[in-house]
Amino acid sequence: MADLELPTRQGHAPDASLPRGLPGEIPITLTINGERRELHVRPWTTLLDLLREDISLYGTKKGCDHGQCGACTVLLDGERINSCLALAVTKDGCEVTTIEGLAAKDGALHPMQEAFIEHDAFQCGYCTPGQICSAVGLLKEGHARTREEIREMMSGNLCRCGAYTNIVDAIEDVLAKEAAK
Amino acid sequence: MNRFSYARPGSVADALREVSSSPAAKIIAGGTNLVDLMKYNVERPTHLVDVSRLPGLKAIEETQEGGLRIGALVSNTSAAYDERVKERYPLLSSAILAGATAQLRNAATTGGNLLQRTRCYYFYDAAVPCNKREPGTGCPAKDGVNRIHAILGTSEKCIATHPSDMAVALAALEAVVRVAGPNGERSIPMAEFHRLPGDTPEKDTNLGADEIILAVELPEARFTKNYTYLKLRDRLSYAFALVSVAAALEMDGDKVAEARIALGGVAHKPWRVPEAEKMLRGKAPDREVFEAVAERILQGAQGYGENDFKIELARRSVIRALSQAAAGTPQSQTDKRIQ
Repeated sequence: MADLELPTRQGHAPDASLPRGLPGEIPITLTINGERRELHVRPWTTLLDLLREDISLYGTKKGCDHGQCGACTVLLDGERINSCLALAVTKDGCEVTTIEGLAAKDGALHPMQEAFIEHDAFQCGYCTPGQICSAVGLLKEGHARTREEIREMMSGNLCRCGAYTNIVDAIEDVLAKEAAK
Repeated sequence: MNRFSYARPGSVADALREVSSSPAAKIIAGGTNLVDLMKYNVERPTHLVDVSRLPGLKAIEETQEGGLRIGALVSNTSAAYDERVKERYPLLSSAILAGATAQLRNAATTGGNLLQRTRCYYFYDAAVPCNKREPGTGCPAKDGVNRIHAILGTSEKCIATHPSDMAVALAALEAVVRVAGPNGERSIPMAEFHRLPGDTPEKDTNLGADEIILAVELPEARFTKNYTYLKLRDRLSYAFALVSVAAALEMDGDKVAEARIALGGVAHKPWRVPEAEKMLRGKAPDREVFEAVAERILQGAQGYGENDFKIELARRSVIRALSQAAAGTPQSQTDKRIQ
């Protein structure tokens, strides 16, 4: 398809390759990992593709691209969502946190990142950014306490290597440390 | 994904105008189903109307009738964990939490949940015929792969099911859908919101093409103790129901005063049989009565090969759900062991 070249972020000029009456790029503002960004997006660009293709944040992964695997999980205004099913234009004004934004400014890892390393909660690592963002979302929600609840609340994140046992260990560990605070 | 124009109206009136501006306009809120369908070229809107910021549709409020009004843009998460919903409509909270994943429930809205499309494999595959997707092309599911398909209320044209868990609970609770259109607002009872496929399977609901959902209204709280949402599926979490049962009983001493039973995963809409519910009135909640009720609900059920098992599964699920409801031991949506 001729109109599949990567969007540029220069101006709003209508794209000659698009059918008549369609918009070029729409200006939006997103705060991504604490940094406010003025962006221009086409309405069919998903948040996932925007992050990876336009902003070069490759930590968020594309797995199924259909909301079934959770590899693309990011935090939107603090809540975990599948970025593959979110059109970027509809998230104008929102705050997005990706795996790149979890560590502190001085580079200190988020407790969930530490716990994943500590518990060896991954093998190939492809699902890991989504798993960790999802787990951080779970932590904030505060509905999961037991292992059983963690498993249920993490069912939107698949791990084809089968690191589930250690993933649950890692999350349980962080939950316990949070509870002890 | 096809190309489309985009609008973000600031009021319901503007949204209605935008929806009517193009015959292939589509409303987007959470987008969890629509964007997926667009990626499969099943939905090909020419104009997307983003209603996600419309004012006044994100609240859960008391109604004058003593019920609760859940705005169309309230997320599935917000509805399920709302203290008033948990306390007064625990069946609804349970059903919502039985569906999808935390990520999807965070994004998905109340209105969008009702309007999600079937997960029929043929509907989703734009390369094959499907009467729902392209009227008149045929239904490969009837003689094809149909493990997940309907056993009740099917037609020659379509044997798809409605996939929502939330809608099954709303049907049992006799909720009402408030909608706005060019001629003002109206209410559609849940029993009439979704349709059977008949000769027009392309129409899932009785919502007009120029209407939008404003809210779901629940009547005054009932069935807060004796209820259950029992969902049977191919894996323990994040799977659509093969069969689900929302059962709600109002007890009068050791007798059933009133009953509501709705089934999911078995038809093109949440399946209720009021005559079967009446059979429970004044009866002690015992297995014999439950068996008769289940038989009545499944009267006329028809399998299409791979889904034949659903008839017996549904029969047993109704009996088990009624037992759980009568005992006041609702199915946990975390501990999946069925008691």
